[in-house]
Amino acid sequence: MARLTDENVTLAKEIIDRYPRAKSALIPLLHIAQEQDGWVTDEAMRHIAELIGVTPAEVLGTGTFYEMFKFEPVGRYLINVCGTMSCALLGADDLMHAAEEELGIHEGGTTDDGMFTLHRAECQAACTEAPCLQVNYRYRFRTTPVEVRQLISDLRNGRLEDEIPPHGTLARVRQHIPADRGVGAVDPSRVTSPPEWITASAEGGAS
Amino acid sequence: MSEQSVEITVNGKTISAEPGEMVIAAAERAGEFIPRFCYHPRMSSVGMCRQCLVEIDTGRGPMLQPSCMVPVSPGMTVDTESDTTKQAQEGILELLLANHPLDCPVCDKGGECPLQDQAFSHGPGESRYIEEKRHYEKPIDISSLIMLDRERCVLCDRCTRFADEVAGDPLIHFVERGNATQVMTYPDEPFSSHFSGNTAQICPVGALTAKPYRFKARPWDIEQANSTCTSCSVGCEISVHSSRDRVLRYQGIDNDDVNWGWLCDRGRFNFESIHAEGRVTEPLIKTADGHQATSWNAAMSITTELLNESLASAGAPSVGLIGGARGTNEDAWAWARLCTALGIERHDPQIGDGLPAALLGMPRATIRDVASAATVVLLAPDLKEELPVLYLRLRDAVVNGSTRIIEFTATGSGLTRHAWRSIRHGAGDAGSVISATLEDADVQAQLSSGPVVVVAGRGNLATSADVEFAALQKLMTAVDGATVLPALRRGNVVGALQAGLGPTSEAFDTTSTLTAAANGQIEVLVLLGSDPLADFPDRDLATAALNGAGRVVSITGHMNASTADADVVLPAAVMSEKTGSTTNLEGRVLPVAKKVNTPGVARPDWMIAVELADRLGHDLGASSVEGISEQLMSVGAGVGSVWRVPFQASAQEVSVAPKGGYDIDLIVSRVMYDGGVATASSPSLAGLANGRAVAVNPAVLEQFGIDSGEMIRIVSERGSAELPVCPDDRLDRNTVWAAFAQPGRESGFGDVRSLISSSAPVSRVRIERVP
Repeated sequence: MARLTDENVTLAKEIIDRYPRAKSALIPLLHIAQEQDGWVTDEAMRHIAELIGVTPAEVLGTGTFYEMFKFEPVGRYLINVCGTMSCALLGADDLMHAAEEELGIHEGGTTDDGMFTLHRAECQAACTEAPCLQVNYRYRFRTTPVEVRQLISDLRNGRLEDEIPPHGTLARVRQHIPADRGVGAVDPSRVTSPPEWITASAEGGAS
Repeated sequence: MSEQSVEITVNGKTISAEPGEMVIAAAERAGEFIPRFCYHPRMSSVGMCRQCLVEIDTGRGPMLQPSCMVPVSPGMTVDTESDTTKQAQEGILELLLANHPLDCPVCDKGGECPLQDQAFSHGPGESRYIEEKRHYEKPIDISSLIMLDRERCVLCDRCTRFADEVAGDPLIHFVERGNATQVMTYPDEPFSSHFSGNTAQICPVGALTAKPYRFKARPWDIEQANSTCTSCSVGCEISVHSSRDRVLRYQGIDNDDVNWGWLCDRGRFNFESIHAEGRVTEPLIKTADGHQATSWNAAMSITTELLNESLASAGAPSVGLIGGARGTNEDAWAWARLCTALGIERHDPQIGDGLPAALLGMPRATIRDVASAATVVLLAPDLKEELPVLYLRLRDAVVNGSTRIIEFTATGSGLTRHAWRSIRHGAGDAGSVISATLEDADVQAQLSSGPVVVVAGRGNLATSADVEFAALQKLMTAVDGATVLPALRRGNVVGALQAGLGPTSEAFDTTSTLTAAANGQIEVLVLLGSDPLADFPDRDLATAALNGAGRVVSITGHMNASTADADVVLPAAVMSEKTGSTTNLEGRVLPVAKKVNTPGVARPDWMIAVELADRLGHDLGASSVEGISEQLMSVGAGVGSVWRVPFQASAQEVSVAPKGGYDIDLIVSRVMYDGGVATASSPSLAGLANGRAVAVNPAVLEQFGIDSGEMIRIVSERGSAELPVCPDDRLDRNTVWAAFAQPGRESGFGDVRSLISSSAPVSRVRIERVP
């Protein structure tokens, strides 16, 4: 259980300042929490609630809508094997069996060493490349059980460290927008005129 | 109907609707009921359940649209009975029932369930769904009052919307998504809203149930009567539900002027105290062996004798009456007439914890005025704690209206987050802070932008009423045309004052009566449903008074601290056991209904007054509640009217001594759940009181090197109290706050009231380490 680190609180405050309403920073802050611990802890949610002035229930409610936020511990590598039609027809089950055998866990489980979590996923929008899987959302296309075993072995031995960062990592190089270059937050309640593009399209007559 | 009403056609009938009104509401007014689960007239439309799909034609041909989301437009044609509409509504009901457990035989909602009713009226009759239903653990506690059965839930968003939009406590929320969507609290944060009971009332299925009512009754066994909640002076309209001579629950009724259908949890659930253990059921006389039960005749003879003797020997100033704000208008009227007949001038319905009756002499406002004012100035206790439904109305006025709040407070309140300006003042210096604030140009502009209503009450029980009232007078003088809504707390305090039970001068108020009693000048002290030992801010004075009074006659529904040693105890009927009327803080006269019989031989207060008058040789001119109601009606206090009696407002100069050795301001105010008899004798609420503690700025903990929960000593000129400490960052370092009348859970906890002196304008303290 961990609240956000001091460094992440600084980052969180920077993000909150980008929005006219602190509440709008909820999703980015959940990303930070997930990056910090690999999953979103209860303590982090409570901390986020304090930072943006909502109740923890609202943080939980919003966060759990999104499948890619994890509210239970997941391994350093999250393997999602696609199980939808094209992949299923082209051997998704074989991939899953190979992964289960290699990792010694069942679908949905996490290895004891906290390295791997294995999930069956819905369509990953790569039907032409079936069967496919993702490791921390990085694709492996037209893969085979042999390749799956190799992949797991490579991950285990740290040979893919450069390509696949730990679960939750947002970016290895963080982009910072200096305050003077930011667009600045406009309080929505102060906006009286319609967005510029509406005026433009009305004048131009293009539709 | 406004001048620009919109004409639409519903099932061939032409009806006129308000502009912007939703089709579902317009159709309902025209007598065409459209089934619904999520739509609620007091909350925003969300189109969540889809049950209100009807065919709407706005010129492009009929289309199925959710009627709770479509505002009326001229020429619109609505068909709520077409085959397409029927098919759509049956389809939605079949969908909603697919995962519903259909456990109606064991469900509390059965018999009054919109899902059950509408499955009959608008459902397909049978389901094609044969698969396994969704399963959850049933039912789970989401607070100490409310239980949630997620299997029954149809995800209409009413409870979560209520918590967020109306109560402002979004402690429940939808979590997960798709088939797994469910209403849930945060794992370790219960739905501890002051308004949680409303969610059980508006839940259209049996998903949310209130624990005090679970498995108690079936709707068809219930008798009901419209009445008024008298837990505080807001006057929420309720329906009293009873079965077999027991009150089983209160439900809120939508009164457009007052409560909009909402109730607070204290008002909703403290009906349990009606049937509590501690009720007084027979007249009691104090003997050497403690209280002995006796007959009404014997008890009344003794009381008559006591009054006769003291009136004859020491005259009217030797008799004092405290209380009467918890009864009906009829009770207060009869007792006021009795006092007049006997020449008794010492009578006061307030227990030294309100404001002078002259408050009612100021130009008065209604709740509607408050909710539509341009500016509301709060010089009052925390409304969320003391007058909770007024808080809901004010919150709505700010969030959904254009009202702005200027708050003067010593500690912050539930409305601080909604206040346009929240201005802090110390004990006793509200007056000067108000003057300084009124010089601000922005504040002046705001105050002159439209109607101003001041919500005025006793913000701090550790500061004298005179000091608080002087600040109010200053404000009223400075703001032209402002009106006042009295935020006095007890259910019928306005009615009792207007019925003539208020003191005619400060020499006869509760403080002076208690002082006289402490000095041995009171022969008979009558407690009319009051408990000065628990409620009077200056505990030592109250104790001395009860000891010093010759005889104490207590007319009460429940045994309480002041009654425990009374010479005569007369059992009184409580609310829901007597008929009559009550007056809310606006002066609105509202009905009070009898739904159950009194336990034992208890009688309503008015009846006791009438009989005493008779025995003392006076005629009050009425011998029935109807008779008294007629008298009240003749002075403008008929049910339904707004009754206002002019009072003289008196200006008083009050000087506050400089700080001296005690330089920390003591702020004492009430919270929703305390040790008061209605809460303490309701099993569901009794455990919700926080218990005694003193709140300080977190830095004070560091300064003393102690942790939250450890004991600290608070010392005033009057006395000292050792209390557990809790950090509160709303307070500055020169202020400590304690909740009034909290039950002492553990022995050794001091009572903050022992620090308060009723003769001191303000209470100042210092903090010491406990050795």
